Amino acid sequence: MVETIMEVRNLSVWYGEFRAIQEINLPIYRNRITAIIGPSGCGKSTLLRALNRMNELMPNVRTEGEVLLEGQNIYAPGIDPVAVRRRIGMVFQKPNPFPKSIYENIAWGVRINGFRGSRAEMDALVENALRQAALWDEVKHKLHQSGYSLSGGQQQRLCIARAIALQPEVILMDEPASALDPIATLRIEELMHELKKNYTIVVVTHNMQQAARVSDYTAMMMLVGDTRSGTVIEFGETQRIFTRPSDKRTEDYVTGRFG
Amino acid sequence: MNRVPVLRNPTEDDLKRRHRKGMIFAALAFGAILLAILVLVTLLIDVFLDGLPWLRPELFTQFPSRFPEKAGLRSALQGTFWLMILTAVMAIPMGVGAAIYLEEYATKGRLTRWIEINVANLAGVPSIIYGLLGLGLFVRGLGLGRSLLAGAMTMSLLVLPIVIVSSREALRAVPRSLREAAIALGATPWQVIRDHTVRYAMPGILTGVILALSRAIGETAPLITIGALTYIAFDLRSPFDLFTVMPIQIFNWVSLPKKEFQALAAAGIIVLLVMTLLMNALAIFLRNRLQQRW
Repeated sequence: MVETIMEVRNLSVWYGEFRAIQEINLPIYRNRITAIIGPSGCGKSTLLRALNRMNELMPNVRTEGEVLLEGQNIYAPGIDPVAVRRRIGMVFQKPNPFPKSIYENIAWGVRINGFRGSRAEMDALVENALRQAALWDEVKHKLHQSGYSLSGGQQQRLCIARAIALQPEVILMDEPASALDPIATLRIEELMHELKKNYTIVVVTHNMQQAARVSDYTAMMMLVGDTRSGTVIEFGETQRIFTRPSDKRTEDYVTGRFG
Repeated sequence: MNRVPVLRNPTEDDLKRRHRKGMIFAALAFGAILLAILVLVTLLIDVFLDGLPWLRPELFTQFPSRFPEKAGLRSALQGTFWLMILTAVMAIPMGVGAAIYLEEYATKGRLTRWIEINVANLAGVPSIIYGLLGLGLFVRGLGLGRSLLAGAMTMSLLVLPIVIVSSREALRAVPRSLREAAIALGATPWQVIRDHTVRYAMPGILTGVILALSRAIGETAPLITIGALTYIAFDLRSPFDLFTVMPIQIFNWVSLPKKEFQALAAAGIIVLLVMTLLMNALAIFLRNRLQQRW
């Protein structure tokens, strides 16, 4: 039985006068991987970044509607976006480790969120995060070297480790493998499979095969209407979306006829 | 549609003519750099020939005097040293703070842009204007007199725009992806600035600060305007003392009729040059040493 951890209700986001996404409704199920697919510029990243209030970093952004996390609207007045982001982690398109040591990359997020434990406890947190990100064996001998000494795929797993070190409830991934080679991509996908035991993942991807391989649910987005705003035109179990889509546009997209 | 013309390969003459143009330009550019270097080298040789014999311990330990063999830079060196320290203490926190505010906190609106343009323009205001401001505001307005403190405050105003502009550039060079990474971990704006933005921008900020100070070290006009004395025959004891600085002392010596004083001025110029070069070298060293890779 699936449980809803997040729920998007009537969500619209404007950049100034331009409505990037409109009236999106979408459930996010606990311990499942939800993929957001759709052609370029249809608002996939905007939707993803609305889920942890990252859109607000840009000027002139306006958000309408609700995003519920465990029943609580994260856009309700009085909700601190800092607290929201602490519970909903994010992995970006390009690996962006801090120019600090591998250890410090992970310890920093833990520390700024108020962890005051001993050195040994911190070591345990770091090791656990790196193990969960399937990176521990590769870096355990060089924890104090720069995060930049790692390859692109390792850097991305370091970024995943950094996010899961905070033990978030949901992890958002914005095309996490698009900057990586096929082998590193495969490792990230395997990792996502492992991670969903403990976490809920929402992933934006351009890669249809990737969506089909890793996700349990898929949301198909498209630009619609006169305003050309993005919205979710179909949502369902990935298998069904890819085999028996109910919307003709979804079918055209997943079979590669456009997009 | 018109007929698409067929393009032909360039003839040998075509090519020769095109290459010749390139050679002419290269020669002109080489001439420009040659001229610049020649002037600089001539200047340096002249200064060194005149000044080297006077570069002796007394130059650093003696106060100025009517007698060239007894005259030294003692008070000017002290003045320059403390002026730089006080200027740094005031201008760095203020300038870096202003840069952080403008770059990290301020909403990017019309007002911010207006402030930005004005700060950038201030960097180009003639230094004597700052002298007049210092004279009116610090020497007379605050009643600080012609003191070291008034001089340092004037100098701080002068270098402040440079510090702000260079610090902002350094801050802006920190990629947005790193800020986003930190914010996505639930960091507050202050935590991002403290542990990431400012830290990664530090080499650039330091370089800007040192270059600003090495400009201040050679400034004369604003200090003359606020009335920094040229004849100081006592050690500096407090920020409220009268003071003089290297370029003023040098200017004073140059203007004296005795030939030995001209040579003494040359020696002073060598000292000032070495100090400026050392500061610039430190800036380059810090920039290379602390350079971030992201």
